[in-house]
Amino acid sequence: MSATATHDTETLATETLSGAEIVLRALKDQGVDVIFGYPGGAVLPIYDALFQQNAIRHILVRHEQAAVHAAEGYARSTGKVGVVLVTSGPGATNAVTGLVDALMDSIPVVCLTGQVPTHLIGNDAFQEADTTGITRPATKHNYLVRNVADVGRVVHEAFYVARSGRPGPVVIDLPKDILINKGRYNGMPEATHKSYRPATEPDPAAIRRAVAMMKGSKRPIVYAGGGVINAGPEASRLLAELVHLTGFPCTNTLMGLGAFPASDKQFLGMLGMHGTYEANLAMHGCDVMVNIGARFDDRVTGRLTAFSPNSLKIHADIDPSSINKNVRVDCPIIGDATKILRALIAAWKADETKPDTGAIAAWWRQIEQWRARDCLRFRQPTAADAIIKPQYAIQRLYDLASLTGKDTFITTEVGQHQMWAAQYWKFEKPNRWMTSGGLGTMGYGLPAGMGVQIAHPDALVIDIAGEASILMNIQEMSTLAQYRLPVKVFILNNEYMGMVRQWQELLHGGRYSESYSAALPDFVKLAESFHAVGLRATKVGELDDVIGEMLAVDRPVIADICVDQKENCFPMIPSGAAHNEMLLGPDDQAPKGSGGAGVTEEGMVLV
Amino acid sequence: MTDMTTRQAVMAVLVENEAGVLARVIGLFSGRGYNIESLTVAPVDETKNQSRITIVTTGTPMVIEQIKAQLDRLVPIHKVSDLTIEGPHIAREMALIKVAGTGDRRVEALRIADAFRARVVDATTESFIFEMTGSTDKLDAFINLMRPLGLVEVSRTGVAAIARGPRGI
Repeated sequence: MSATATHDTETLATETLSGAEIVLRALKDQGVDVIFGYPGGAVLPIYDALFQQNAIRHILVRHEQAAVHAAEGYARSTGKVGVVLVTSGPGATNAVTGLVDALMDSIPVVCLTGQVPTHLIGNDAFQEADTTGITRPATKHNYLVRNVADVGRVVHEAFYVARSGRPGPVVIDLPKDILINKGRYNGMPEATHKSYRPATEPDPAAIRRAVAMMKGSKRPIVYAGGGVINAGPEASRLLAELVHLTGFPCTNTLMGLGAFPASDKQFLGMLGMHGTYEANLAMHGCDVMVNIGARFDDRVTGRLTAFSPNSLKIHADIDPSSINKNVRVDCPIIGDATKILRALIAAWKADETKPDTGAIAAWWRQIEQWRARDCLRFRQPTAADAIIKPQYAIQRLYDLASLTGKDTFITTEVGQHQMWAAQYWKFEKPNRWMTSGGLGTMGYGLPAGMGVQIAHPDALVIDIAGEASILMNIQEMSTLAQYRLPVKVFILNNEYMGMVRQWQELLHGGRYSESYSAALPDFVKLAESFHAVGLRATKVGELDDVIGEMLAVDRPVIADICVDQKENCFPMIPSGAAHNEMLLGPDDQAPKGSGGAGVTEEGMVLV
Repeated sequence: MTDMTTRQAVMAVLVENEAGVLARVIGLFSGRGYNIESLTVAPVDETKNQSRITIVTTGTPMVIEQIKAQLDRLVPIHKVSDLTIEGPHIAREMALIKVAGTGDRRVEALRIADAFRARVVDATTESFIFEMTGSTDKLDAFINLMRPLGLVEVSRTGVAAIARGPRGI
């Protein structure tokens, strides 16, 4: 293989290629086999070069935002960098939401944007936008290539930046003349990056301090996030090893679901605004918190001044700017999660101090009491014509999907259905859960599922959706049809923007301003018009059959599951409240109307 | 509890001299709501293609730590140093100060300029331009003294700073 590579490089050194051809050569050298894109005037040279090769497959989306989400789904489910190709102007501006989404959730994406020829830049030319200016705060880094000699180097550098340290999106803006001009391609650069070299090896002293804190703990908790997923499957394996070795309870953030097996006895479920009672109270009451690859997001911490008030906090993160950003920590560890977990395991074994097993056993007894509250309990009436509870729909979907024995990937849109999916789906492995956590982008799930299905053609890919969110990128049903991608869209249809309706009920006196999904399409006919299968369940008796049929057909499906419109997502920590001020389900719930327990005036201004 | 008292920080930032790098730094400050009291930038190493930015900012210790970490992770940034906590440093600013007046006010302006070691770089029969280098405080003091004496306008460079002693950034 290396002999061929050398040969290629030698040939290349004597051969001149167009900028567009250099782009494709560099992508191929980066191991790219698929890109998601949409053509336009400024990128025609790249599309022409694509037409004349077979190494890279192009997936034609129906909107540039979807191209980025598809690349995110591809990246998050494979651990590779997702690649996007869009044209100048509106192509680039449409991609911005996807880029910010990838930035917030630390997903490695390289987005190639076309640009007007260099001599027209700044002239308000047709389909011109200041792409590097617009995407500067939307990306980890961006480039405007002004010389064909730089094309190859910049593409390789972009991949390095996208996947190194804390991953993120990188834009390469390519003026049309640069794509046409001839130049040389020098292959993969060997030199390390001049200025960007994030540290990955943890400081041994920090590891020793962390282990000393952990050994001394009486009420510990491991709080693991998306950083563990981004570090690769080995990090998840090591996380489980550490949790089992120490006997500590473990909770995951929304982005971290799958990093620790949900079926494990030591798993407390997700934490945060819609996290479990036991996870949030354990976070509030712990004396040592071991944060691996999570960033103390406001959805997780609730009111900062009341966040886990009596704990020593260990924070392992690859991004130094995540340390002490929201929460003052006692033991920061900078580095890659795999390396940190390996070092913590070794140091725990090497340290001869005995952990306080008696205290930890008492802590577990306390946790079991919280667990016994069964915070995710809901009441599904059993009569065949009873209305379907959304939680029950997800539970049945999980049970029946498990029976297929297929590797299953879940994507979501944003809102109540997303939180229910996070609460009721049991993720056993990393990279199986794709959701828009940081930015909260409605319309994420369908295109992300598309990207996942491209990467895993034989897997079962389900977009758990809401009827409002799905309409935000519904045009991608056409892409599913074109590439015969059997993504299942499972809509929990409550005819409301459910999370908006829930907040209006709890915080705004039940004034449901503009949150009703009026004039909805007939999703069954909609599916059929997009060459997909449309199914509907309106009562409990129909649910299993619909799910069964959805899982059985080898085609894209929209399953319109009409669920209880009034159901709210609990537990809930209202904005501005603390972990121990959680609202529980209808049995425990505070009176409606003026805001439940813990909702303060200050809390109401928060989102 | 978190320390809410603010302090001033002088940051020295060594950057790759490429298009957009200053916009990244300024965008970081505006996007995250940090203060910029002064910012200067100029190429300092032609062979390595590096520029140096000096930023004076204020914030709580946690915010200053954040600013440093946020700057440090920008791709074209080589090195960030918080000069205010990493040992003693020298901070200097240059100003051009135009003062117009005649008679006693003109004589007084010149006398004070002399005491402050400001140089006259332009003169007409009814005006002076003084050039003055020094700490921000010293420049402020001089400019305030010029106000009643016919101060017309001021152009300041902002702070350039460097650590004392033999070691580089």
